[in-house]
Amino acid sequence: MFKSFEPNKIFAITSKAPKYVLFLFIVVLTIGLTEALVLSPEDYKQSDAVRIMYVHVPAAWISLGIFSSLALLSVGSFIFKNKNFALIAKSLAPSGFVFNIIALVTGSIWGKPTWGTWWVWDARITSMLILVLFYGMYLLAWRIYENKEQVIKITSMIAILGSINVPIIKYSVDWWNTLHQPPSINVLSNNSIHTSMLIPLGIMTVAFALFSLLIFLMKYNTELIKIKNKGLDRL
Amino acid sequence: MINEIISMNGYGAYVWSAFSFTLIGFTSLYFVIKLQLSKEQKRFVAKFGSLNVEKAKVARLQNINREILLNTSKI
Repeated sequence: MFKSFEPNKIFAITSKAPKYVLFLFIVVLTIGLTEALVLSPEDYKQSDAVRIMYVHVPAAWISLGIFSSLALLSVGSFIFKNKNFALIAKSLAPSGFVFNIIALVTGSIWGKPTWGTWWVWDARITSMLILVLFYGMYLLAWRIYENKEQVIKITSMIAILGSINVPIIKYSVDWWNTLHQPPSINVLSNNSIHTSMLIPLGIMTVAFALFSLLIFLMKYNTELIKIKNKGLDRL
Repeated sequence: MINEIISMNGYGAYVWSAFSFTLIGFTSLYFVIKLQLSKEQKRFVAKFGSLNVEKAKVARLQNINREILLNTSKI
């Protein structure tokens, strides 16, 4: 069923793709940074502090997206007994972890001029902190455990358990009274963000997504070569 | 114009530190992963070089091994 997910077939693509993705990432990031820092307007309330949104929001979105993917791939590796799902998940995790840290740090920097404090234990921020702990546990488990079957089971459990936190993060601003603002972008209803800000936000999100793709490809290649190195030992 | 971009109406320190942290995070992660990749590639080439003719012939039968060697030769 998942023959196209065979590492041998995937490697032919993943080994060549990084240089093209890197080039595209640099182009999109340059356009995104120009839009975010120079061309986009300042906010009538937050003034230029609003520009932090262009790194904070894409980082938060992508870290959530990657963790959801880890959970789905973990369920997939349990159901279909396909180890390549675990390998894909392992390769996605580092960029998700870094994006989560970026979201927390830039959120904290943004909090100081807008809320007057670097940190508050409100529902959105605390649940994002819990997510970074799950990312940490996930990555640490891959380093600690040597047995392949055992590590796939443990990391899958961490990803599936951690995914319970994803809807909590998403709806925390609706369920509880939080200092964090409610979402400005809604797929199902009208956005409360102007197009002049939505466009740079979209470009920066594409740039961040390209970066996570680049890291994924490089990490996946590393993992495959690691497996092939063990294979050479067995010859 | 330049001064306006740097000062950002008094929010420059916050805006620039947020963007700098992001770019430093990106660069660090990129180089860490690149280092890991080139380390594994070098290990592969060293191991492949130590194989005898027969074993190297068997190893070369796998597409993925040929692909790794091809990519490593470009480094």
